[in-house]
Amino acid sequence: MAEPQLDLSPKVSDEVRQTTCYMCACRCGINVHLKDGKVAYIEGNRAHPVNKGVLCAKGSAGILQHNAPSRLRAPLKRTGPRGSGQFEEISWDEAYDIAVSWLKPLRETAPEKLAFFTGRDQSQSFTSFWAQNFGTPNYAAHGGFCSVNMATAGIYTMGGAFWEFGAPDWEHTKLFMIFGVAEDHDSNPIKMGLGQLKARGAKVIGVNPIRTGYNAVADEWIGITPGTDGLFILSLVHELLRAGRIDVEYLARYTNAPVLLDCDPQSPSYGLFLRDEDDKPQVIDRRTGKTAAFDAPGVKPDLTGHIRRAGISHVSVMTQMAERYLHPDYAPEAVAERCGLTPERIRALAAEIARTAFEEPVVLNRPWTDFRGERHDTMVGRPVAFHAMRGISAHSNGFQTARALHVLQILLGAVETPGGFRFKPPYPKPATAHPKPHCRVTPGKPLDGPHLGFTHGPDDLCLKDDGSPARIDKAFTWENPMSAHGMMHMVISNAHAGDPYRIDTLFLYMANMAWNSSMNTRGVMEMLSDTDENGDYVIPHIIYSDAYSSEMVAYADLILPDTTYLERHDCISLLDRPICEPDAAADAIRWPVVEPDRDVRGFQSALCDLGARLGLPGFVTEDGAQKYADYADYIVNHIRKPGIGPLAGWRMGDKGLQSGRGDVNAAQLDEYIRNGGFFVEHVPEEAAYFKPWNSAYQDWAVQMGFYDAPQPYLFQLYVEPLRRFQLAAEGHGDRQPPEHLRERIKTTLDPLPIWYPPFEDGHVDPVEYPVHALTQRPMAMYHSWGTQNAWLRQLHGVNPLYVPTALMRAHGLKDGDWARVSSAHGSITVPVIEMAALNPHTVWTWNAIGKRKGAWALSPDAPEATKGFLLNHLIHELLPPKGDGLRWANSDPVTGQAAWFDLRVKIEKSAAPDESQPAFPPLASPVGSGPAHLRWQVRTTS
Amino acid sequence: MTQLPETTTCKLGLVIDLDTCVGCHACVISCKGWNTENYGAPLSDQDPYGAAPSGTFLNRVHSYEVQPETGPAQLIHFPKSCLHCEDAPCVTVCPTGASYKRTEDGIVLVNETDCIGCGLCAWACPYGARELDAAEGVMKKCTLCVDRIYNENLPEEDREPACVRTCPAGARHFGDLGDPESAVSQLVADRGGMDLMPEQGTKPVNKYLPPRPKDGWQGEVDVLAPWLAPVAEEPRGFLGWLDRTLEKL
Repeated sequence: MAEPQLDLSPKVSDEVRQTTCYMCACRCGINVHLKDGKVAYIEGNRAHPVNKGVLCAKGSAGILQHNAPSRLRAPLKRTGPRGSGQFEEISWDEAYDIAVSWLKPLRETAPEKLAFFTGRDQSQSFTSFWAQNFGTPNYAAHGGFCSVNMATAGIYTMGGAFWEFGAPDWEHTKLFMIFGVAEDHDSNPIKMGLGQLKARGAKVIGVNPIRTGYNAVADEWIGITPGTDGLFILSLVHELLRAGRIDVEYLARYTNAPVLLDCDPQSPSYGLFLRDEDDKPQVIDRRTGKTAAFDAPGVKPDLTGHIRRAGISHVSVMTQMAERYLHPDYAPEAVAERCGLTPERIRALAAEIARTAFEEPVVLNRPWTDFRGERHDTMVGRPVAFHAMRGISAHSNGFQTARALHVLQILLGAVETPGGFRFKPPYPKPATAHPKPHCRVTPGKPLDGPHLGFTHGPDDLCLKDDGSPARIDKAFTWENPMSAHGMMHMVISNAHAGDPYRIDTLFLYMANMAWNSSMNTRGVMEMLSDTDENGDYVIPHIIYSDAYSSEMVAYADLILPDTTYLERHDCISLLDRPICEPDAAADAIRWPVVEPDRDVRGFQSALCDLGARLGLPGFVTEDGAQKYADYADYIVNHIRKPGIGPLAGWRMGDKGLQSGRGDVNAAQLDEYIRNGGFFVEHVPEEAAYFKPWNSAYQDWAVQMGFYDAPQPYLFQLYVEPLRRFQLAAEGHGDRQPPEHLRERIKTTLDPLPIWYPPFEDGHVDPVEYPVHALTQRPMAMYHSWGTQNAWLRQLHGVNPLYVPTALMRAHGLKDGDWARVSSAHGSITVPVIEMAALNPHTVWTWNAIGKRKGAWALSPDAPEATKGFLLNHLIHELLPPKGDGLRWANSDPVTGQAAWFDLRVKIEKSAAPDESQPAFPPLASPVGSGPAHLRWQVRTTS
Repeated sequence: MTQLPETTTCKLGLVIDLDTCVGCHACVISCKGWNTENYGAPLSDQDPYGAAPSGTFLNRVHSYEVQPETGPAQLIHFPKSCLHCEDAPCVTVCPTGASYKRTEDGIVLVNETDCIGCGLCAWACPYGARELDAAEGVMKKCTLCVDRIYNENLPEEDREPACVRTCPAGARHFGDLGDPESAVSQLVADRGGMDLMPEQGTKPVNKYLPPRPKDGWQGEVDVLAPWLAPVAEEPRGFLGWLDRTLEKL
């Protein structure tokens, strides 16, 4: 039989439009193929700096997200009680009128009564600008319940952190160690990097209680006990110091290891740096034996310096580090059991790190000049790279653990050197170059400055004159002085309790707080719908913007329907969370590759309109007219400061188009579209490493507009701002913490990394609750969005509890049995499956698979709603009472990060219930439910 | 019964690296997207938003736990699609001639116009690599993106299967396994590429690169011990060492 004739060159599509993916926060470039004006196929953009052509499962499934039956279709006004899901569709004019009727009086009398929190927002420089102009201090995005420990520890220590701020030097590293990295952060670049390491035989070590995903392909797996990573890291530090396997030259030149510290306990500046009249930290110059400013030309800082000045002894930071970390408390023998490891294992890892770093240095023949004016012929690096994510940061000791990891990197000389960890422009940027938080409210006026920032001591806290918290989330208070991303997870419970004060309107964007984004989910649902003695809602008004019929929609009074990511303008801005690579600054846009077929508007465009209707400065022209027609107009025409706007590419200069600084270019978006949706400017070769100290980089950064003047700085092994809070707790200074927090501040805000047990260990009985419980997000799903996606939910439609073999045996469990899992806060009854590649005292499940019936246009009998579950029901935003009359937050005491992974549980076999427990009544769906069959094919008619 | 070609001009196929595959399912969904839009009937989904969603996929990733004799348990991600066997039992079993193996490149395809949806080929395939589309009633299988790899409407660099183009970890490779000099053949030679279930006698063209040995540390410290030889046991001695080291710089 003859073979059939095939058309081997079928037409692929009518047109390809290039934009930026939003199926997760990774922000890859995508080629969207259109047929007949409809989205037919999505693939990665080969030219894009983030993904270089590849695309994950989420990205390829975007077509079904864009066409999801759960898309909201028009503004909605609540008609039933909160939580019912009953709505009527209204016009945009009516929606704006309602919003203005609530917000305008607040702005004129008490702007703080608006709490505006924006969840997984990728436009924070815009939404914060809106909130600042409204005048409320109550603005933040979702960092407080995500990974602020990671971001803050990194920025205070070295001017940048993992993920968005930097990346391993994939090209040169020989040993890559990942701590607490689930499968999603970040998405494609980690996979591409691992592939690169595997292809050239570099070694990968995974530290994680759970061996899936990246840890599954790791050459060595360290199944550590949750919450003990910091102790393990400090034990590695102990071994490396003891063996002298540290980069002495790097420490002397580029870190504050040689900076002199006041070490007189009686002194009011005990523990602070010795500074000169220009406020510059002092070191001993080995050439002269005298003190000198750290950045003086030609200075040779002495790591072991000490001096007596005005009767006060000073020693170097390095001296204090030696005293602390050489102590036997950090010896492998002292820590191993607690970490679930053996002393030999810790020692072998320390030795392997030492050998790779110091036997196999990477030397690039690339001359460069440092900030002290010294010329170097080569760039020498230590090819050991680290990456970490929420597994270490979502603990109540996460800030100090992330700090410990950075200190380890720095001791090895493996940051900003070849083979180590590299920053992505506009980072490095030290904490001192970031704003401080602002909270001063004046009715009818903008806030006195940006909401979020970095505190450097008690004076920077957001406290009212009476010492009470200025913000509804209590960020930047003594409870968590460095809460740089705010604390979205505390907003609803504080607003419900009227503590520190009552609010009127809760305005949320893209944050599923009535479900998977909240601890104590049932409690939060009750708080959102609770009424006072008059029958009025305790939180009087709730406005929510989302593109989809999520669980949170049901709890709002007014819904502003957002577009899908293929129907909208966005800018992935250098002012915000950029998409740069270590070798390039980059930013990008989204643009409507198709127009919405529903009465929906991009949320940021809606804010331009709402801002004008409220008369907010920045959103109206001098004559009171609407300043920005929509978000695209803002992206092109907004000027943050002279020459700097949201996008850095194709700005107008004197002699034509230029990058970085420049005037508005009306055709800027067209240039982006022509270039595939993004802009890239490469870092000059001489500037590629040693960025904080490299004159060529500093000059380039100024030219690009990242800073206004070169600002070289030292890595902060010792973080002085932490010490300032400790000093206050010791009784120094005018601004004093409340008595009940003094001891905790003294203990936990240590300026050198420490380890302490997760707080939950001290509040619940570890014998009664012997098992750690964690969640991870699968690679093919992101937050709750994935389950509405007909293709992705076939990959992850249920989320059993994975239980280690010994626990399965101990409880007589078989795959498919059900177990009751209890914490000090609550219990759930869920299906279990055995897993051997798991820490023996840990259970876990996939995050945010479980759904409430009626949400996301799924049918009520969808497995996500009947067998899926949330671990959130077991986690409370407050720790259990411990008899001191206080309720302590389940958060990191430095940053306020939600301590999701401190959770301890017990498990017991249960009879199979009809469905996972707890079960909640179905929500009415404002969008109906999805079709019974899908044959997704767009045939071109042309 | 349908005849297999005696020889094929080349043997196009995939090499899948099990050492590198992180199990992300990117290949699964990219394949679903391309092949829903292209070759033959779309890949349908039944009950896509309901209790038992079930769709047609030409490529799936399975994950298996492995407990070695020593060391911790491992998790292996195993992507699986048609292996384009040289002795493809799915072809010889086909009663209508709809299943066939192309002479020019060895790709095994289903001619959907001749397929009666009897399912014999799926039964004959030892790998479970074929899926009957419930909406169309025809057998679907990996086409090795025959409508991409020669497609003159695509840039040359994109003329590879969708799953290969999208794989973020670079764990999937495409080429001529009949040519010992090809990059894929070299990779198979270097890394000990394997046939899946060779005892079935199907002579699969696709190869799998086995995971490299893992968790090699068996408690020994001797080799690395010199790297941890102490310079000092307490802070004073350590600072002395630091001083001496700085002096030498």
